[in-house]
Amino acid sequence: MTILSAFDIGLVVLILAVGAATIAKRDAFAAVIGYVVYGLLLAIAWVRLSAVDVALTEAAIGGGMTGMLLLGAVARLRLAKGSDARPSFPVRFAAAALSALVAAGLAIAVLSPPEAIPTLAPMVMENLAQSGLGNPVAGVLFVYRALDTLLEKVVLILALVGVWSLAPDSVWGGIPGLRVYAPPSSTLTFLAQLLPPVGIVVAIYMCWIGAKEPGGAFQGGTVLAAMWLLVMIAGLKSVPSISQRWLRLLVVVGPVIFLAIGISGMVLANAFLAYPPGYAKPLIVAVEFALTLSIGVALGLLAAGPPERVQPQ
Amino acid sequence: MKLAFDILTIFFVSAGALFFLAGTVGLIRFPDPLTRLHALTKVDNLGLGLVVLGLLPQATGLFGALKLVAIWLLVQLSGAIVTQLIAGTVRHHGPHG
Repeated sequence: MTILSAFDIGLVVLILAVGAATIAKRDAFAAVIGYVVYGLLLAIAWVRLSAVDVALTEAAIGGGMTGMLLLGAVARLRLAKGSDARPSFPVRFAAAALSALVAAGLAIAVLSPPEAIPTLAPMVMENLAQSGLGNPVAGVLFVYRALDTLLEKVVLILALVGVWSLAPDSVWGGIPGLRVYAPPSSTLTFLAQLLPPVGIVVAIYMCWIGAKEPGGAFQGGTVLAAMWLLVMIAGLKSVPSISQRWLRLLVVVGPVIFLAIGISGMVLANAFLAYPPGYAKPLIVAVEFALTLSIGVALGLLAAGPPERVQPQ
Repeated sequence: MKLAFDILTIFFVSAGALFFLAGTVGLIRFPDPLTRLHALTKVDNLGLGLVVLGLLPQATGLFGALKLVAIWLLVQLSGAIVTQLIAGTVRHHGPHG
């Protein structure tokens, strides 16, 4: 047994243990922390499977962003009255049964793969050079399955609209209820002044490098969102109200540019979401940059939550 | 030359791993949040610092090495500040939030 396979076995045992501990925890806060650790361990597992793109996304979205959303949910539950009351037995039983059903379905799908695994990977690698991209994952996302990628971004906007519509009518279009910690000149202020310039460069780098190596719009966008949230939580910039036109424009600019290029492909390249020959890479990079911006703003607003107060006139 | 680099890597990464181990033992064994934070800072600063130092000879080119150093600096910065924030919260609200 080599050192690496010992490491892999240890990693899998650890992931299973953290997963079990997350389910077994009675306290919601502890369970969320367990979930974040689980996400980070999964990211290492993806690296071991040589899927660095997936690992980056898992660390950014699974560990970081979802963790933050869940922590926000826990804080809201604590504030809400009667949150200590446990749901009734049938509700808990139904939740457990549904979860077990999903887990069993996934287990069957994973544990009994077909004899000859159908794969398009060799075809992707053969034709990747035509697009000018070096990262096969970016090739699949933006060339072969561009429609899926486009719909994914639209789903993100729908999720944001869903969160916004949780607001009562009186504060519709108001300011999201992100908790702002603003003690003057605290260490958090220092971090929020120092880190964003670095973070913005890292986000642009991740988006740019995504064309030929692991990285991309989602990873870069998450870093952007984190920087924006840091600045808002530290109280350096106020949380904007969701009725601001520039904010809504930023949320949709990525998908709109993607869609515009896709429709122009019908004229210039004879198919929806096809790129004219020779222009694939610059167009894809342009779409990725716009998407990074949109994803960053959308994720930041998702974490900021539904509007809670009206903008003072 | 490569052998010398490999020996350096093994030495420093092992030393770093030792600090990680010690820090983790401290995190589990120490009685209250402040002493636990004290154990964790050693992991951030020295443990990761030694691991990065050990990986430098294996880095691909100057940019690879600079990225590793940048990661160490960023973890130090965020680690130090998060430690301050947690310690401040403990001081204001007591160890149980």
